[in-house]
Amino acid sequence: MLATLIRLLGDFDRAEEALNDAFVAALERWPTEGVPAQPRQWLVSTGRFKMIDRMRRSARFDASLAEIAERLAPAGAPDPAGANEEDGVADDRLRLVFTCCHPALPADGQLALTLREVCGLTTEEIARAFLTTAPTIAQRIVRAKAKIRDAKIPYEVPTHADLPARLDPVLHVVYLVFNEGYFASTGESLTRLDLADEAIRLGRLLHELLPEPEVSGLLALMLLHHSRWRARTTGDGEIVLLDHQDRALWSRAEIDEGAALVEAALASRRFGPFTLQAAIAAVHAEARSASETDWRQIVGIYDVLMRAVPSPIVELNRAVAVAMSDGPEAGLRLIDALLARGELADYPHAHSAKADLCRRLGRTSEARVAYERALALSKQAAERRFLEKRLRELDG
Amino acid sequence: MKYLCLVYQDEKELASLSQRELDQRVDESLAVDEELKRSGHRIASDALQPVATATTVRVRNGKLSITDGPFAETKEQLGGFWLIDARDLNEAVQIAARLPPAHFGSVEVRPVWDIRSQERRADR
Repeated sequence: MLATLIRLLGDFDRAEEALNDAFVAALERWPTEGVPAQPRQWLVSTGRFKMIDRMRRSARFDASLAEIAERLAPAGAPDPAGANEEDGVADDRLRLVFTCCHPALPADGQLALTLREVCGLTTEEIARAFLTTAPTIAQRIVRAKAKIRDAKIPYEVPTHADLPARLDPVLHVVYLVFNEGYFASTGESLTRLDLADEAIRLGRLLHELLPEPEVSGLLALMLLHHSRWRARTTGDGEIVLLDHQDRALWSRAEIDEGAALVEAALASRRFGPFTLQAAIAAVHAEARSASETDWRQIVGIYDVLMRAVPSPIVELNRAVAVAMSDGPEAGLRLIDALLARGELADYPHAHSAKADLCRRLGRTSEARVAYERALALSKQAAERRFLEKRLRELDG
Repeated sequence: MKYLCLVYQDEKELASLSQRELDQRVDESLAVDEELKRSGHRIASDALQPVATATTVRVRNGKLSITDGPFAETKEQLGGFWLIDARDLNEAVQIAARLPPAHFGSVEVRPVWDIRSQERRADR
């Protein structure tokens, strides 16, 4: 409803106010007059007319508002909230997503605005999820809305030609929300599942509205990661690595849904990095144990991923897969070369991956140095406890 | 000869002004603008929305990249411009000095390079 009102009124704040007015009107009238046949439509058109009313009233003070009010209420125009209501609602939600994730908005603004306007989280909830204060989030939202208004970012779904480029930031925002929920980078616990759930809900919505291969790929990736959440930590919140996880705890339903989505996305031949990462997660999900994992296939998919989106993080993950398929020495050579280039010098997982391979090769003193380096860089409580435990095991 | 006078000012300072002070500054600029129009120096002029509304566009290898904000962060931000017609740089500088923003911000005067003319190929 909010999405529809933003389209009709052309302004985020006005739409929020209008929806508020509509709910107030509903509280007053529905108990005595009964709930209308199409409550959503009733609320939208009531909100719209209340806002036009409000603008006409304040028009005595501001001539520009009068002009806007007349433009919003063209005489004799059919009720825009009427025909094809379901179609219209879907389009409006998609419009809202693309506007909130417009690449001209700062990244933190895209994130906050999407969670606020599309997911309906409160400013306080968003602040809690990102371990910051409500005023900070509120300011990001205010700034993003101001830019939408002042620079005139259109409220529309991009044309087919622009879609690939415009879809990127949208998928990126959804994945950031998921990552922050599932691989919380700071804080006490390893996961903030409410945020991960929110991202999956958003992914499902997008997938329903816009069944593009990469949208399927992203939804699949999130589902396949999420399928493992019960096995990822022990009862008291300690990390369990993939090779030691109790695979019976993995959610079969999520794996099946994710795997089917990956297959469909791969079959389209128009897939991108999210689909490839999902394909890797699917190979893990299909293996009955770590040793039965098809590591060759995983290395192969990483090779494709490296060509599509070369990055030191992808290279690191590929090196870990190589270590599993060709032995720790082969993996260690790649990681050492990667660390020598300096890009991952401050990335704790690069050092813990190196430490792990050194440990498996019996090179204890090198392992200790690398674990200590990882520990010094990690900001995540559960991860730190895990690294400290590994260090103690080296001594024992 | 055409010169573009780029007006730079500290947006923070601008934001700290009261509505009355701001109105006064705008009126001063509009008054000078009107004078320059009458003397035939003004070709075009306008003020810009704050830098927070800026978007930077790049196309590399056929791929469009859109990012928030200006190309470079600076202490003073581009806030408006006058495109003027002046006899030479001296006159352009004199005109720039009359622009009210020169008194609290700065004005960068850049000669327009007429890339449509023939000489540019011979010159460069």
